[in-house]
Amino acid sequence: MTGEDLSLVLSSFWPIVSGAITGTIPLALCSFAIGLVLAVVVALMRLSRIRVVSGLARFYISVVRGTPLLVQLFVIFYGLPSIGLLVDPWPSAIAAFSINVGGYAAEIVRAAILSVPKGQWEAAHMIGMSHSVALRRIILPQAARVSVPPLSNTFISLVKDTSLASLILVNELFRTTQEIAAFSGEFMLLYLEAALVYWIICLVLSAVQNGLEKRLDRYVAH
Amino acid sequence: MSRTESLLAVRSLAKSFGAEQVLRSIDLDVPAGTVTTLIGPSGSGKTTLLRCLNGLEVPDAGTVAVAGGPAVDFGGKVSKKTLGELRDRSAMVFQHYNLFPHKTVLENVVEGPVVVQKRPRAEAAADATRLLERVGLAAKRDDFPFSLSGGQQQRVGIVRALALRPKLLLFDEPTSALDAELVGEVLSLMKQLASEGWTMLVATHELQFAREVANEVLFMDGGVIVERGAPAQVLGNPREERTRRFVQRLTDPL
Repeated sequence: MTGEDLSLVLSSFWPIVSGAITGTIPLALCSFAIGLVLAVVVALMRLSRIRVVSGLARFYISVVRGTPLLVQLFVIFYGLPSIGLLVDPWPSAIAAFSINVGGYAAEIVRAAILSVPKGQWEAAHMIGMSHSVALRRIILPQAARVSVPPLSNTFISLVKDTSLASLILVNELFRTTQEIAAFSGEFMLLYLEAALVYWIICLVLSAVQNGLEKRLDRYVAH
Repeated sequence: MSRTESLLAVRSLAKSFGAEQVLRSIDLDVPAGTVTTLIGPSGSGKTTLLRCLNGLEVPDAGTVAVAGGPAVDFGGKVSKKTLGELRDRSAMVFQHYNLFPHKTVLENVVEGPVVVQKRPRAEAAADATRLLERVGLAAKRDDFPFSLSGGQQQRVGIVRALALRPKLLLFDEPTSALDAELVGEVLSLMKQLASEGWTMLVATHELQFAREVANEVLFMDGGVIVERGAPAQVLGNPREERTRRFVQRLTDPL
């Protein structure tokens, strides 16, 4: 690496990181939060005994998992305007990523709810709880513990998937990198640098996951 | 025997799972302050009967009245509210304890009183601590269930039931999941509760407990009560052949 290369890597580092701070990270956090709420709702719908309700949830999950995320993003940003619905880049990206996370995480949440032993529902009903109180106070907290590892996977995937938002003009980590690369012509160096920043973010997330798992494991025998 | 003070009165209770009839026209009275034990082979309907009384299963037909409450008729549609009121009068102790693993011992006990019965937390916690002291588990109040032995967990299960201030205590084979050396601590607590005047309906395989503590023993088989009477009679000199064979199998398994 020449001195010139090094100074390009160093001078571009802050712009790329700031693309992560103002773009990638808030985009991922917002989409994950909304997606998770969506996932719990869809999981409960999927578990419903009412056929229409569970069918609707199945349909949603099937569409989300059966179509590429990039296509979902383009339908919202480039497709909707042709039927008169103009959505800005940021809301488009958040909508697409939330809907996507909602579909994948719904199956994780559903499996986690089903993994809680039936005796827990019975004990909750025995002490007089209604279905919704039992779900909130007894079942979901136990399901949360089971779902942390797979949900962390989903979140880490999401962080990397937000790079697709560069294609609908959101100024996040990757789009910032592309602009610097095009200007300087140093594609190899800059894309490797972008990869490194993504990796660092994901390392931090893995550490957070470990901490969270330890915290939630304190009531389980080891 | 006069039955003027029936705390639990069950008439013609029936329950099927699909084609299988698990309970066929059960009649049952438990006088206030007495202990009734249900014995019988696995699959005889003991557990289903208890679960019907606590609203964990909805019977297909028959009536249940607990502690002066209205007789709930399961022949028609029973509203959630009615079912809830019936459930509030009894509390159940489960075979596998079913403690809430993500809550401490104390939280397990106060969950019902505070969240469901809306009693002040401080008052409920004081009550719970007193009950835990009584069963020798006050030192464990801030521990999670996984760190307790089976016998300790079941004693917490009993305290959780008592904390609800029920009129009727239902026990579903409370010692069946326990190692042999831990059975005694649970049975002696139950014996103590009986002597304090709690009304109890206990499904169990512990014939010694039935002999010593029960006022009446019911032998169930195939969804019916085959024989009922004083422990000495049902366990010592059964009238029915089925009862005799069952009691003998339990006393002398070899």
